[in-house]
Amino acid sequence: MREYIFYFLAFVSIISALMVVFSKNPIHSVLYLVICFFSIAGHYLILNAEFLAVVHVIIYAGAIMVLFLFVIMLLNLNKESEPHKPAIIKFASVISGSLLVLVLVAALLKSENLNLPASTHPSMHSIGMVKDLGKSLFTDYLLPFEISSVLFLSAMVGVVLISKKEA
Amino acid sequence: MIALEVVDILSNPVNKYVYLSIILFCIGVMGVLMRRNAIIILMCVELMLNAANLLLVAFSAYQGNVEGQMVVFFVIVVAAAEVAVGLALLISIYRNLSSTDVNLLNKMKG
Repeated sequence: MREYIFYFLAFVSIISALMVVFSKNPIHSVLYLVICFFSIAGHYLILNAEFLAVVHVIIYAGAIMVLFLFVIMLLNLNKESEPHKPAIIKFASVISGSLLVLVLVAALLKSENLNLPASTHPSMHSIGMVKDLGKSLFTDYLLPFEISSVLFLSAMVGVVLISKKEA
Repeated sequence: MIALEVVDILSNPVNKYVYLSIILFCIGVMGVLMRRNAIIILMCVELMLNAANLLLVAFSAYQGNVEGQMVVFFVIVVAAAEVAVGLALLISIYRNLSSTDVNLLNKMKG
């Protein structure tokens, strides 16, 4: 059962990722990216990482994608404004993307050490739950957690300064 | 034969996630190379970040190790800040050029 859910979610995420790249209208790209992020959250759920699934949906689908939509509607880009591109560039980028897949898969097949022992099935332990992650976050990772708040403050100040008219 | 090797490797459950995230990452690379709209390029960068996140979560879940999921948490934090700054830059580019085409950004002849 878990296998079938995995293959269904993988199919959905790959198709929607391809539609992000190939759709003409930027609004459609954003909506397909939302579908892709929901399917990745589904992958997190079947990996028993529930906290990350919830955080992923809240931050990506809830905050970042809304930001993208706001900017697209603010800049009035919701039409096919992109000039026609020579077909050779599309062809070359598809070819180079496929070659990158080929190189990575070949490197994976040739490596013998990467067959890590998958001894523990994700459903046997509960490391993805809020309790364990929170314990680790507030003991071992307390310093990065606090530094990320400084990062957010500086990002906020930077965004306000950059997007201000007549800086 | 190489097809037999693929089937053999798919029997290890982590490898499915490795292949899936390779494919998602390369779709992101393809989008960055193909599109000229800067917003789509930023979205493809998000796609690549998510492919790496998926791989980290898969390894962390199958190893029973909490550290991978903590790294993913911080990657999500940094990605949120990055998107905010990137979109602000995009708005100021649009004010100057009235377009978000990256081919017009050749003032520095890079």
